[in-house]
Amino acid sequence: MVGAIALVFLVIVPLILPVSRLQILGRFLSLAIVALGIDLVWGYTGLLSLGHGIFFALGGYALAMNLSLQLPEGQIPEFFSLYGVEKLPWFWAPFNSFPFTLLAIFVIPAAIAGLLGYVVFRNRIRGVYFSILTQAALVVFFNLFNGQQKLINGTNGLKTASAELFGGQVGSPDVQFKLYMLTIVLLVGAYVLCRWLTGGRFGRLLVAIRDDEPRVRFSGYDPTAFKVLVFAVSGAIAGIAGALYTVQSGIVSPQYMDIAFSIEMVIWVAVGGRATLVGAVLGALLVNWARVLLSERFPEVWLFFQGALFLIVVTVLPDGIIGWFRSGGVNQVRSLLGMAPPVSTFPAVDLNEEIQREREIVQQKDS
Amino acid sequence: MQGVFDVLFNGLSIGAVLLIAALGLAIVFGLMGVINLAHGELMMLGAYTTFIVQNAFKPLGDSPLFSAYIFVALIAAFFVAAGVGLFLERQVVRYLYGRPLETLLATWGVSLILRQFVRSVSWSIAIGLVLFSLLFWGGQWVLKRRLDWNQLKAKALTILLPLSSAIAIIGGVVLNANKALAKPWFSARNIDVTAPSWLRGGVNLGSFQFPVARLFIIGLTILCLLGTYWFLQKSAWGLRIRAVTQNREMSACLGIPTNTVDALTFALGSGLAGVAGCAVTLLGSVGPNLGANYIVDAFMVVVVGGVGKLIGSVVAAIAIGTVTYLLGSGYLPLWMTQLGLTETLQPLFDFFTFFSTTSMAKVMVFALIITFLQIKPAGLFPQKGRTVDA
Repeated sequence: MVGAIALVFLVIVPLILPVSRLQILGRFLSLAIVALGIDLVWGYTGLLSLGHGIFFALGGYALAMNLSLQLPEGQIPEFFSLYGVEKLPWFWAPFNSFPFTLLAIFVIPAAIAGLLGYVVFRNRIRGVYFSILTQAALVVFFNLFNGQQKLINGTNGLKTASAELFGGQVGSPDVQFKLYMLTIVLLVGAYVLCRWLTGGRFGRLLVAIRDDEPRVRFSGYDPTAFKVLVFAVSGAIAGIAGALYTVQSGIVSPQYMDIAFSIEMVIWVAVGGRATLVGAVLGALLVNWARVLLSERFPEVWLFFQGALFLIVVTVLPDGIIGWFRSGGVNQVRSLLGMAPPVSTFPAVDLNEEIQREREIVQQKDS
Repeated sequence: MQGVFDVLFNGLSIGAVLLIAALGLAIVFGLMGVINLAHGELMMLGAYTTFIVQNAFKPLGDSPLFSAYIFVALIAAFFVAAGVGLFLERQVVRYLYGRPLETLLATWGVSLILRQFVRSVSWSIAIGLVLFSLLFWGGQWVLKRRLDWNQLKAKALTILLPLSSAIAIIGGVVLNANKALAKPWFSARNIDVTAPSWLRGGVNLGSFQFPVARLFIIGLTILCLLGTYWFLQKSAWGLRIRAVTQNREMSACLGIPTNTVDALTFALGSGLAGVAGCAVTLLGSVGPNLGANYIVDAFMVVVVGGVGKLIGSVVAAIAIGTVTYLLGSGYLPLWMTQLGLTETLQPLFDFFTFFSTTSMAKVMVFALIITFLQIKPAGLFPQKGRTVDA
């Protein structure tokens, strides 16, 4: 099923859409990867992280730093001269190596997530406290990157469009197409990883932590280790997504650590359906598509719409679209429209009034 | 010496702003375990109310009566924000009890709507909203008199809601054709509130000057604090609020109307946000995104202070304010130079210099807060109880 959908995106969609649109779709698909990561921590483990923008941006910065270092020997990226910096800051040096960068894209976010998770979960801080602390961490990282002009170009961010990747300029249609393909492959990879994680015993333990953490603890497990692990994995996934998003939009800037953006990631998962991996991907695509549609024509309406979306998802559709669908939402709509519910056995049996009447009589006798 | 004084005063003054912003948040969070992400937007509404009141007083010119607008504005801001908060509690938060994470998301949705609302509100939108309220809630009010209301309810709502919103939206769009009605009231630009003349300038004390506006905010914060303290400790409803904070089920069993207590507390917390919003207009121009600047810091105050006692928030706010200013103002490296420690403690000197901007000070303060939470995870004054929080 997943493979079939992936094939559609890999083969058919590129034939229909021009590369410029494909680039936008590729961006959405990389956002869908973050949504998978968030679903893992929120949908399955019950940890509402409002700070996934940190990991997203860290992945993006790691790749963008490598791309900005594609210079002749001894030169440093151009923006440094604006601030009078003449020597490359020490932490830039390792990013000269491409293999190191590939590793850093997910190892650094995972490490930061693990560390943050460890210091928070160790003290049994959870629920809204955890959410607020992740949000504060987000603000802190935003300030850190935004304020350090001399180290990382501050507000302006790092541009990637003119660097070389896969034998071409990053901004060129050819490379963008390859990136689109890569995004789909990685999205499927992330999906399979999450599926594998949530499918087995590990997944059941995550759900148990979400539903009743004290009980998990009393049963002899240590929830802290599992929570730290799953948070780190989620951070790594977000880092990969951030790197993909960066090269497909041409820039990484502290704006990726905007408070609103990180909360928006949560709403993608909520719209699609918590604790359903398909839902996370679907939600990310749907909401972003709606954003493009609405904010292109009526930029004012978008915030109203987004706010309403939060309210509706929380109050009316707590399980999201997929959850609603699975709990018989289609039947509800059918009955509202005055149509008969679909039959479960043979239609001739189910719709035959005689048989049904006899069945009722038998049931009444039984009770 | 003057430096120490400067740090103390500014720390206190930043702390006062933080405290007045966090006070309402702490009460609501303590009582209901609900994080209200729209708190910053309620502050923003308070600020805009101040702006409106000030404009209403403009015709009075420069007379002393105009200077008194700030008191009217304080009261108006309190009631506007409290009203919006009450509405929010009744219409949204009430349905989400026991689901704090969902409440957080819902209040974020509300905050987005409020932010865009002040940007684009115009006469046509306002009339459309009034029309909607009249049709929707008025219709419900009429129908509620029928005896079979409970059976009708679901059907009536599914008809009323789309019908009244359609009428309101069509009405709004029709009115929007009129240029005068379509003009936004505030637009997205920042607004400036002119402080009354007696709040401008400063008081000289020796070689040191205190800005009156900041003194006023400190005084206002103390007043709000005392008022809240009195209300919680001495009044009958305060007693009920404290009871529900300590043990919701037990209080309900003993006949305390927890529903009303929740609504009242939420309104009170929101009202305090409104007052805070009125106060921050004295510090500079305000815009629709005002709330975002304060909300995270206010949450940190609540997290550090713990939810058991008001005093926790007070200590936390002043501590965070002072440390932020101490680090951000660059006094530490300055003092080290004066004391001749720069050579011996070079790494420390570099460290403090690195963190001596406002935004970097925030980074450091967050690290300190996380460290603090390692020692006291439940804040300075945790609530005592025997709940199994394993």
